[in-house]
Amino acid sequence: MAGDRGRGRGLSEPVLQLSGIVKRFPGVVALDKVDFGLRAGEIHSLMGENGAGKSSLIKVLTGVYRPDEGKITLGGQPIDPRSPAHASELGISAVYQEVNLASNLSVAENICLGREPRTRLGIDWREMANRSEIGLGRLGVKIDVRKPLYTYSIALQQLVAIARGLDVSAKVLVLDEPTSSLDASEVASLFVAMKRLRDAGMGIVFVSHFLQQVEEISDRITILRNGKLIGVHEAKDLTRKELVSLMIGREIGEATGVKREVAGTKPETVLTLSHGAHKGNVENLSFDVGVGEVVGFAGLLGSGRTETVRICFGFDSLTHGTGSFCGRPYPLNPKRAIRQGMGHCPEDRKANGIFPNLTLAENIAIVRQAKRGWFRPISRKDQKALAQDSIRDLKIATPDGQKKIGELSGGNQQKALLARWLISNPKLMLLDEPTRGIDVGAKFEIADLIEKLRKNGMAFVFVSSELSEVVQSSSKVVVLRDRKQVAEMPGGSSEDEVLAKIAEESA
Amino acid sequence: MRKSAIFWPLVLLGALLLLNFVLDPGFFSLQFRDGRFYGSLVDILNRAAPVMLLSVGMTLVIATGGVDLSVGAVMAIAGSVAAGLIARPPGFPLNGVPIHAVPGIILISLAIAAVCGLFNGFLIGFARLQPIVATLILMVAGRGVAMLLTDGQIITFTNPGFAAIGSGSNLTLPNPIWISLAIVGIVSLLTRKTAFGLFTEAVGDNPSAADGVGIDSRTIKLAIYTISATCAGVAGLIAAADIKAADANNAGLYLELDAILAVAIGGTSMAGGRFSLAGSLIGAILMQAVTTTILTRGVPTEATLILKALIVVGVCLAQSPTFANRRLA
Repeated sequence: MAGDRGRGRGLSEPVLQLSGIVKRFPGVVALDKVDFGLRAGEIHSLMGENGAGKSSLIKVLTGVYRPDEGKITLGGQPIDPRSPAHASELGISAVYQEVNLASNLSVAENICLGREPRTRLGIDWREMANRSEIGLGRLGVKIDVRKPLYTYSIALQQLVAIARGLDVSAKVLVLDEPTSSLDASEVASLFVAMKRLRDAGMGIVFVSHFLQQVEEISDRITILRNGKLIGVHEAKDLTRKELVSLMIGREIGEATGVKREVAGTKPETVLTLSHGAHKGNVENLSFDVGVGEVVGFAGLLGSGRTETVRICFGFDSLTHGTGSFCGRPYPLNPKRAIRQGMGHCPEDRKANGIFPNLTLAENIAIVRQAKRGWFRPISRKDQKALAQDSIRDLKIATPDGQKKIGELSGGNQQKALLARWLISNPKLMLLDEPTRGIDVGAKFEIADLIEKLRKNGMAFVFVSSELSEVVQSSSKVVVLRDRKQVAEMPGGSSEDEVLAKIAEESA
Repeated sequence: MRKSAIFWPLVLLGALLLLNFVLDPGFFSLQFRDGRFYGSLVDILNRAAPVMLLSVGMTLVIATGGVDLSVGAVMAIAGSVAAGLIARPPGFPLNGVPIHAVPGIILISLAIAAVCGLFNGFLIGFARLQPIVATLILMVAGRGVAMLLTDGQIITFTNPGFAAIGSGSNLTLPNPIWISLAIVGIVSLLTRKTAFGLFTEAVGDNPSAADGVGIDSRTIKLAIYTISATCAGVAGLIAAADIKAADANNAGLYLELDAILAVAIGGTSMAGGRFSLAGSLIGAILMQAVTTTILTRGVPTEATLILKALIVVGVCLAQSPTFANRRLA
């Protein structure tokens, strides 16, 4: 599991050392005297639940936040990163969870932004393209670097972001959830690149919610919980069970999946599509979602999962085939879908889900308010009460409902997005990657919540990149491949069976 | 308090008034004559009324992430319509309208202003034009419309009833102050006692998420640009009534920029989202206070614009989080 070098360098001096870091925010101590040491030539994973302090620690390291106490040394010299640019100058580069690039600029411009190669007359475009191709080549990516970034998938954009981080001759590379939108082969090629960088002596800080990936790639693991350092372990000495219980602070049984009882009678249908398609996006969609059913969608990245959800919600029209929701035929638009009892948690929380500058309470109340229209406002008091109920029921970690939702962690934002729909008790929830980028504990909580609501008769369309989640939560699984529905499998199918369908022919 | 958007504008306004008081101890004095107050403070509020009105609409527009450059032109249109309906110069296109009573004239003028807003709102909300482009069309064309209405002439009129909108007074204060306060009151009620304000902020904060929760951003924008143009119409009537004439060339000229500045000073983000009507009002008053101070202090009028600009820079810097952090560090 762990590389030999990690072991061999067990006694080597850390290249990067954070000592006694304290970071306070109003009402919260995000980091409470945290130490973190990174050796040259190791991949060191930072693990913890949402709000454990991983993001804060990385932000301190990369100069986004200034620590209230504590010191940072790099190569034995004390440093004080003032900004991401300054940190990068010092030799600490970072690639963040969400792609923060300029999607209208070309791939090459994104990779070289701020450090463009120059000739006497200006930017050396040829050299820029060369460097970008070399940078991407190290990740095994061959694309036209002159095309605008937005023409590529999120996965490729993520790789571009990493190539940008790699381009600097950095001593320390921070990868914050770099794999959350990558498929298995892309993850593999990223890991190859990471190992090569490690073997060249770079220290890599790796943050991921995918336990398997962490086990596979890490030399050491540091665990944080509630802003405190829980421990530093050699990856090879730590079982998954131990790791998870350290993260969530209690003993756990193995994955809490619930085996689906195969329904004897066919439940009342909520949503049905028949040969549904949106030209150029996805085709051949034929499935029913019944009361109390979770229909899981499995498939690789780009197989048409999100596109299917968009059709269900009425963002994209049906160009072929027919469909109906609660007995009313499509076409549908989101506003009507919502009025008729559909809810939708989008794949990209930040871009399409939250209102970052509005309060948590407003973010929760907004759907109900949109249903009620302009002239029946929900009073501040009622907003507050709704928020308090949701905070309690979904265990949203926040001082109160008046906090800007943009300041909460990803998992808590996701819970708030669920809450905004659940308060009006929809008939059908479309969940597009509801567990993306959130920690293990919150994942279990969301799975439990879905199961509870399902038992009460709510229907779900459930999309996740993690096959194990799909298999565990679903009453049946629809398999997509290359933007087509290729199979529908009964509940209780195993991961291997579903994988076999996904891989069929296309392998 | 430091967190509040209106903190710095208020501080600066206070400082400016205090400066005036130090330089001229009579600055705060009010005289009561002919049933109304006179004095510098009343004067500042009175002069600020048109920009206050514009900034109310502009605040909502900017909260959706847009901008309305046409408000100055709409002022000119509303003023020209009203002056023409009163004076009925030969060749005035609306001479066929059989309405001569002041309330009717006001209603027609405001209705035409509102139509201008619907036009903007349609282009932006439904045809999805960029707000700056869509309103630039009316900024240019609107003044042309006003010129056509007035045949390129300044239409003067005598109508004490209408002139009272700009120069009369009620309950001890000039009418423009009451009118703008009333409009501010109506718009605040509309935004805060209905869900309109929350929807506006949602659309400005994340348009894509607003679509996803079933907010109809098109009608929100249609309503907001109509409100903005109607506010501009009212400001246009005040301006025309004040000078008892409609000057299509100069009425409301560049006032859209003052209104945008007032909103910026008031702490509403140009990127859209959260808005503060109170902040914009203070912004508008602050800008007028600067102008009045300059004029009464004998600073050369050539320097007015530069000084205004300096003050705007100061307020915006004070509100900038980056700058605030540097200062505290």
